[in-house]
Amino acid sequence: MAAWTDISGIIQKIADSSAEEVTAAYIETIGKSRINGFTTVWDEAINVAREIDAKGHAGPLAGVPIAIKENISTKGLSTTCSSKILQGYVPPYDAHVIERLKEAGAVILGKTNMDEFAMGTSTESSCYGPTFNPWDMDRVPGGSSGGSAAVVAAGEAPVSLGSDTGGSVRCPAAFCGVVGLKPTYGCISRYGLISYANSLEQIGPLATNVADIATIMDVVAGYDHRDSTSINRENTYSDALKDDVKGMKIGVPDEYFGEGIDKDVEKSVWDAIGKFEDMGATYEKVSMPHTKYALASYYIIAMSEASSNLARFDGTRYGLRTEGENWHVMASKTRAEGFGTEVKRRILLGTYALSAGYHDKYYLKALKVRTLVKQDFDKALANVDVLMAPTMPTPAFKIGEKIEDPLSLYLADVNTVPVNLAGVPSISVPCGFAGDMPVGLQIIGKHFDENTIIKAAYSFEQNTDHNSRRPPEVA
Amino acid sequence: MVYENPDGVRIGLEVHVQLNKLNTKLFCGCSTNYHDSEPNTHVCPVCLGLPGSLPVINEKAVEFAIKIGLALNCNIVEQTQFHRKNYYYPDLPKGFQTTQYDFPIAGEGKIVIEGEDGERVIRITRAHMEEDPGRLQHMGSIDKSKGTLINYNRSGMTLIEIVSEPDMRSPKEARRYLDKLRSILDYLDVFDGDLEGAMRVDANVSVYMGERVEVKNISSFKGAERALLYEIMRQKNHIRRGGEITLETRHFDEARGVTLSMRTKETENDYRYFPEPDLVPLRVADWVPEVLKTLPELPDAKRDRFIKEYGIIDMHARALTTEIKVANFYEEVASKVDPKAAAVWVADILKGELNYRDLNVDAFTVEDIVSVIELVTSNKITEQSGVEIIRAVLDNGGKPQDIVKEKGLLKVEDDIVAKAVEEAIAENPEAVADYRAGKEKSLNFIVGKVMQKTKGRADAREAREKLLAKLDE
Amino acid sequence: MITKEEVEHVGWLARIEIDAKQSDAYAVKLNSVLDYFGQLDEVDTENVPPTYHVADIVNVFRKDVVQESMPQEDVLANTENKQEGNFKAPRIM
Ligand SMILES: [Mg+2]
Ligand SMILES: [Zn+2]
Repeated sequence: MAAWTDISGIIQKIADSSAEEVTAAYIETIGKSRINGFTTVWDEAINVAREIDAKGHAGPLAGVPIAIKENISTKGLSTTCSSKILQGYVPPYDAHVIERLKEAGAVILGKTNMDEFAMGTSTESSCYGPTFNPWDMDRVPGGSSGGSAAVVAAGEAPVSLGSDTGGSVRCPAAFCGVVGLKPTYGCISRYGLISYANSLEQIGPLATNVADIATIMDVVAGYDHRDSTSINRENTYSDALKDDVKGMKIGVPDEYFGEGIDKDVEKSVWDAIGKFEDMGATYEKVSMPHTKYALASYYIIAMSEASSNLARFDGTRYGLRTEGENWHVMASKTRAEGFGTEVKRRILLGTYALSAGYHDKYYLKALKVRTLVKQDFDKALANVDVLMAPTMPTPAFKIGEKIEDPLSLYLADVNTVPVNLAGVPSISVPCGFAGDMPVGLQIIGKHFDENTIIKAAYSFEQNTDHNSRRPPEVA
Repeated sequence: MVYENPDGVRIGLEVHVQLNKLNTKLFCGCSTNYHDSEPNTHVCPVCLGLPGSLPVINEKAVEFAIKIGLALNCNIVEQTQFHRKNYYYPDLPKGFQTTQYDFPIAGEGKIVIEGEDGERVIRITRAHMEEDPGRLQHMGSIDKSKGTLINYNRSGMTLIEIVSEPDMRSPKEARRYLDKLRSILDYLDVFDGDLEGAMRVDANVSVYMGERVEVKNISSFKGAERALLYEIMRQKNHIRRGGEITLETRHFDEARGVTLSMRTKETENDYRYFPEPDLVPLRVADWVPEVLKTLPELPDAKRDRFIKEYGIIDMHARALTTEIKVANFYEEVASKVDPKAAAVWVADILKGELNYRDLNVDAFTVEDIVSVIELVTSNKITEQSGVEIIRAVLDNGGKPQDIVKEKGLLKVEDDIVAKAVEEAIAENPEAVADYRAGKEKSLNFIVGKVMQKTKGRADAREAREKLLAKLDE
Repeated sequence: MITKEEVEHVGWLARIEIDAKQSDAYAVKLNSVLDYFGQLDEVDTENVPPTYHVADIVNVFRKDVVQESMPQEDVLANTENKQEGNFKAPRIM
């Protein structure tokens, strides 16, 4: 059985035995899994590990296994966004982050389950079936990077990559009791990430601890000329791994503790803020008045962009094709059959929001509200170093509980989507339990100030033991 | 004389120009040099629209676009960005075309053409950048084919779409506009107009100030004139029969020379433009001074200068400045021989011979035409021999000096002509008598004899003068 | 309110076949979401510019330098529908 362990432990283990042995142990663990976190285990993983052993473990992640979300392109390894429409699609190229991971010596274990095209908060809409939360098999792991969070929580991979368009890394991190980072927009190249909503999303790492998040960031973050929105800016994330929050100013936005918040979640988060005070930080309440409108703004923008991004899946060049009497009919039938219900709903809504007569009412309006939400962050973060709030207003909900009612599912994203609208970085760290389910504390920073939120999260982790408890469902 | 435009014809053109002189496509590093290649060999994840790929703008393409905008007397916009034009078609690998929308890189310009009644200004509405879709090949006709083959080698090529106001009043003016546009673009060295698909035209046509009809799929200039003639006739006939012209899109069927209505559900569109989130805005107005420095002397300016500097006639100046290659060729020739003679030889004779053979000026050297002109102006050969030499060079190669010898084209010496004149007079006393009696025509007979004796190498005009002088002695 | 007919029209624009039975069900769910979106009407956005990009960057270019293209085999690897190096699709209309 692979150990519930961190990167430095794995590197030690590789030095003592081999990358091959470590990879084999993880693959064995995955084989016993009941959570349906992986969609594919890469049949080349063992060979890659063997090669790394042969080469003598060069690179900061030499031999370290990593799980990759289904929407990040991997050359020669199926990448389907958990959608029927992309069944059988094998990318002929690697995403930028995959290139960097390979250079660093990481071993891609396989691909992880997700909500179809990253459109969800529960990983229930996957064509591979739902992923189960390792803390409670009746509950969702969160989404859309549910597989990436669940496999890390269950010890099936030490670290993983997810993507976060409106909370898709932080939500499952919170629900599964792991750490997840949504970096500043432009921090990690999106080249090779299959777009859902381009102006909002970022790839982000998930791990059992903050140090591993920094280690992965040191490898995958940085400028890439193939992504025009990539920002050229040097940073060493592991420099931030210091237990020191003395004098740190924390802002706590009232609006993030709104209607429907679970009492235990609220208590865990306030306890965490109390802990930061004990550690020498101070907090003040801040107001972010447009938070209430962020959700609608977010969904309109995301759906609009998605309606266009997903237009290329027309049965012509790859993926599913359902024949029809002419090309347009073939495309319409292929898309009707290949996309799941929620994806179709979002494409229809996005198409509607951009269409003649509605463009200004929905799309343009949403972008203006986005400006106001962003200004809320600028103002709040002008006076404090970080913002703290619950990542999710509730712990993981039951499978099937919300999937039939899209709106109730959207409402769960209330605390995560504003961050994507503003493009700022945010990390979710375990901060306690609501019953037996983990609770996540969200720490939000200024643009490109990942190091401050990493430092805060690291300090919190060093002074608490929330992530020492392990889920029952560990294979 | 003022052109009346009796049918109230108004034509506006949208011309798509492929900037095939760039090394790479608009958003990826694929080579533009695909014309002789196998299908789908000049593509990458970006221009194939593979999931996860992202575009990055070719800097040189933007520079070319600004250059074109300036040459068309357009304003270069302060800030622009690319938009997505969303519609479904199998040649569009992403399901949208990346193009410019509310802020085209170049707005409001004009060019001058030779209109029906003299010079005419055609207003340019805008010129914007966009990507070319792939190429479709219908296995049969568009509506009854067995299928469609798709080659994405063309996908992602840089296009400049140049949109005019409906300022043209006849297919001829439209043709002149297109020729002028091609001439200007040729000067800018941004495209090779001879490559397949380098310029494609859509036209808006209306008559009697009525609704406009859009005619698509015109792939050549000749096609444009034919499509317009047909469409104007169709509209006039339709109205004459009591019909009404309504806004619609028609497809030009090149083979049949007709336009066909395209009103089907498939062509019903709502493009849902929005800014491309994967590209950041362009703020390039400050490139203008630098790009201006690279702008060459354009056709109109060059024509005016040729008239002034070389003293040649307007007709020659126009002919010599349509193509930059010809203009440069002429100037080199004019620096070596009499510019006026050079204009006649290059514009009238050489260009005619080249056109006849579907060749361009690269097929002839400056050195050779200079030799020919010198031979003629120094009276060593006749004009007719000069033309013969040009033809020989074009058809069989070789140098003019050698051809002159091979063909024995050098004019004969004066004394040989004089001898032939004396002999001709002596051998044809009747004709001489007739001439002296006032029968002018008999002189031609004697000239003919002189020419016969010199085997045609004598100059006929010279022979005649010499004969007259002798007879009048 | 989005009507059944609008759902079908939007379905066509988005090339998603929706039959008459489905369009009713779609209309109900879409309307509940559109209702929710309607709350943005409350926000005063007069003189507020839209945010298309969160990062304020402009002029990102690449040089006009040729990069290698993909082998034809890889280009066509993800489809069965091909002929003589081309992708093959049904007729257009
Ligand atoms: Mg166009
Ligand atoms: Zn390409």
